[in-house]
Amino acid sequence: MKRNTKIKIVYVSSYILFLIVSFVFGFNPGKEIAFNFISFFIYMLKILPCAFVLIGLFEVWVKKEVIEKHLGEESGIKGYAWVILLAGTIAGGLLVAFPIAYSLYNKGAKLSIVFTYIGAAAICRVPMTLYETSFMGVKFTAIRLLVSLPLVIITSILLGNYLSKRNYKIAEGK
Amino acid sequence: MYYAYTITGLVLIISFIINKQKTLKAVKIAVVKFKKIFPTFITMLILVSIILFLFPDEAISNYLGNSSKFISVLLASFIGSITLMPGFVAFPLSGILLTKGVPYMVLSAFTTTLMMVGIITFPLEKEYFGVKVTVIRNTISFFIALAVAIITGIFFGEIF
Repeated sequence: MKRNTKIKIVYVSSYILFLIVSFVFGFNPGKEIAFNFISFFIYMLKILPCAFVLIGLFEVWVKKEVIEKHLGEESGIKGYAWVILLAGTIAGGLLVAFPIAYSLYNKGAKLSIVFTYIGAAAICRVPMTLYETSFMGVKFTAIRLLVSLPLVIITSILLGNYLSKRNYKIAEGK
Repeated sequence: MYYAYTITGLVLIISFIINKQKTLKAVKIAVVKFKKIFPTFITMLILVSIILFLFPDEAISNYLGNSSKFISVLLASFIGSITLMPGFVAFPLSGILLTKGVPYMVLSAFTTTLMMVGIITFPLEKEYFGVKVTVIRNTISFFIALAVAIITGIFFGEIF
């Protein structure tokens, strides 16, 4: 067993032990933490299975050449538009964006596009944006999108170029 | 939430009709990938449960509501960076804070860092992209959020 795995087992079991003890002795902070854990666990179980099934289908059906052509090194401005559109329609925020971005990269999308995808998935999902305007107003949301989206694209290009020059490779087999 | 399941279900059925083998392979890939990343998700959830205990909604309201605007913006981006909340919790909370008189720029810093910067999702992000890239991306996102907050402040007349 790897050292990391051992450490993980130790802290996960001490966490569980802490929660059990909290319940036995009626320790409120422990109960609250348990409640937080369960509510987020349920929230994640609601979105993650969908996301991973779609990722699986994507890996099987979408040809590498298609991604390389539209989101790869030769893709140009259109590639960014595509990937922002894609990010806008997928629910789930960063949690879901990371595995999807990873699959896109493995299918041949270039780094700057992958980072744009992550940024866009964080800030401009359509359902969330509509929800936001109902609480904060259109002006607030419009400023946020108009400022952050160009910055996300520019910094993604800079970061992508910087990493490509250094021959950065994303870990394999996740 | 339901539309995600409906769409996934439909796509899965169509895929199955077109090619049974490929669809089974897709489901297999989904299970394998999910299994691999699951322990990291648990790690992240443990962090979330503790952080949310330390920063409940009332505490966030207190931090954002009292003190000067600029300190509030910094506090807001700090809290937004270390916590994790789905939009359906964060925006109603921000709406309430707005009616309590918290400036737009502070709420902008809070919601933008909440969405873009993930200290809590660090274990997950690093599994896919490595420590270095994760640190760089989050740092950049933090400054983008600050820029958004400042420009929001200018447009809502809260700075000048």
